[in-house]
Amino acid sequence: MSETIIAADHLTIRFGPVTAVNDVSFEVAKGEIFGFLGPNGSGKTTIIKALCGLLTPSEGTGRILGMDIRKDAAEIRRHVGYMSQKFGLYEDLTVAENLAFYAGVYGLEGERAAERTRDVQKLRGIAPYMKRRAGQLSGGWKQRLALACAIIHSPEVVFLDEPTAGIDPVARRALWDLLFQLSGQGVTFFVTTHYMDEAERCGRVGYIYLSKLIAIGTVAELQRLPEANPAGTSRIQIDTPNPAQILDTVRAMAGVREATIFGRSIHALVDTDQLEALRAKLPGARVETIEPSLEDVFVTLTYQIMGAAK
Amino acid sequence: MRRLFRGLVPICRKEFLHIVRDPGTLFFALLIPILQLFLFGFAVDTNVRQIPTVVLDESQTQESRRLLESFAGSDVFKLSSYATSPEGMYEAIRSGKARAGIQIPFDYARRLQDGTTATVLVLVDGSDSSVAGQAISTATGVALQSSLVRVLPDGTMPIEVRPSVLYNPATRSANFFVPGLIAILLQVMTILLIALSLVRERERGTLEQLTMTPVAPLGLMVGKMIPYGVLAFGELCAILVVMRVVFLVPIHGNVLLLLALSVPFLLTVLGIGLVISTKAQTQAEAFQLSMGTILPSVFLSGYIFLIENMPLFFRGISQVIPATYYIQILRGIILRGAGIGELWVQALVLTLMGCAAILVAARMFVRQGAR
Repeated sequence: MSETIIAADHLTIRFGPVTAVNDVSFEVAKGEIFGFLGPNGSGKTTIIKALCGLLTPSEGTGRILGMDIRKDAAEIRRHVGYMSQKFGLYEDLTVAENLAFYAGVYGLEGERAAERTRDVQKLRGIAPYMKRRAGQLSGGWKQRLALACAIIHSPEVVFLDEPTAGIDPVARRALWDLLFQLSGQGVTFFVTTHYMDEAERCGRVGYIYLSKLIAIGTVAELQRLPEANPAGTSRIQIDTPNPAQILDTVRAMAGVREATIFGRSIHALVDTDQLEALRAKLPGARVETIEPSLEDVFVTLTYQIMGAAK
Repeated sequence: MRRLFRGLVPICRKEFLHIVRDPGTLFFALLIPILQLFLFGFAVDTNVRQIPTVVLDESQTQESRRLLESFAGSDVFKLSSYATSPEGMYEAIRSGKARAGIQIPFDYARRLQDGTTATVLVLVDGSDSSVAGQAISTATGVALQSSLVRVLPDGTMPIEVRPSVLYNPATRSANFFVPGLIAILLQVMTILLIALSLVRERERGTLEQLTMTPVAPLGLMVGKMIPYGVLAFGELCAILVVMRVVFLVPIHGNVLLLLALSVPFLLTVLGIGLVISTKAQTQAEAFQLSMGTILPSVFLSGYIFLIENMPLFFRGISQVIPATYYIQILRGIILRGAGIGELWVQALVLTLMGCAAILVAARMFVRQGAR
């Protein structure tokens, strides 16, 4: 494995009685795009803040680029880029002024600042808008500018906290193209998201639920996870003209553990020994075994934890 | 050192851009204190003159008329109406038409001639304590003077007091109140501007972004203080010009010293604004907290009431209010021509307060930047 850029080592963060992050460990290698999934309030942003040294962990530690997050916070922030869904742009300043401000904040001066400004302009295609106020840009263009600001100091690591929330598909695609381009150049990305399709683009994915990291791996690894494919069960797709009408029927059948609608079909997790009986009860439908999607994996894992909690 | 203030220059530059981009806010921020100066400067007059007075002269003699003339001549009483009965006199005071009443009994002249004591009733509406106090002392003075004139055969007084008021010979209220008002106006404007500026960043999420950059807390704080400090300093100069030109308040001391000693005060109020902005989550909250600093600064700083007359507890509080020291500096230099020799303690206290406020703000900012 190549050089480790981000490492969390039994990270635990408590706010008074609340445990926001519970014993989380993972590593991200150089040039990786690491996706971090989890519902709101599950601790995603808190982990980012801890890794950037804004929060002191209650227990455990972490390293960014080999620097200790407890001791080298100030130094870490000079090498890290960060963009949140709020973008952090000054709407009354122009695009150029926003870039100049962040260049200054990261200590870029003179020729170096000018050079980096040209680079990120080109990278994000914002050159035509340099004189426009940031507040007048559309959501997609704001996001382009925000990322340009976040990478102006050529950081080795970039944290993106829900970067595509509320952004149109074209802008999303453009963002991901850029992430792949930069990761090819060795930049490491840590991306939190709600979107499963985005998570599937990531090299590796972690799933955090109720402050705990409950799964981590490549998409293929997660799909084959034993917890997501309990022994004696099969993941099936039921193609039927009216999935909504028979969903409740399917859910009520013996041996059906989960069932949900995917487009024009139903995805279900059923006991393998009941599979033939189920097929017989749905004469008009085509039933076939499938690989679980990432969403299937996470839903199954979540149900297991909720079941265990009871 | 450089690391401690990292980010100062870009923050400072950006903050000037914000100010320039929003000329409306700038205009009102600078104009409103000047308007208030006009308003309060003209309205506040603590010298009690021309109290409307109702007269009931039952004596109707030459002697009674002479006494009334003495009252009218004092400039404190204005004989505005005449009653024909005691009930009429009380009614005039109760209704607010008059704030004082003078009743001269029918036997006034006779008693004077007999050599017995003639009584004159002076009624005073006590609902305004300064009016009442002034009316009573003036009435007593008038009576004493009139008595002496009768007793002394040749009319020469054995003792004559010649009061001479130093520094403000005309005892003009403006000279006393306008310098104090400067402190209040500067404080309100400065605290509000800087607190709102930081809370706005919190509301828009740019503060969260800044915490993820290498900007040091002191870099952020001082970077914000410089532009608003410059703004407040400009406002101070404008206010001083208005004070001198419009209210004709002379500056007896050194103007440059006054400007120099204003810096520690601005430092303190900017620091207070920053502390407020670390507490307030929304602009409305910041506004409320900023307004909350006004009343103590008006009533406990010596601006209106003498600190020496306050109960011990409040005297203690007045010592931690920055305006207390700045008002002493302003009045010292403007009214008495005081120099640094008399005012260095105040300047030192303000400087210490300012540094403390900035450090507290930076500390609180680091703690909650965390969440």
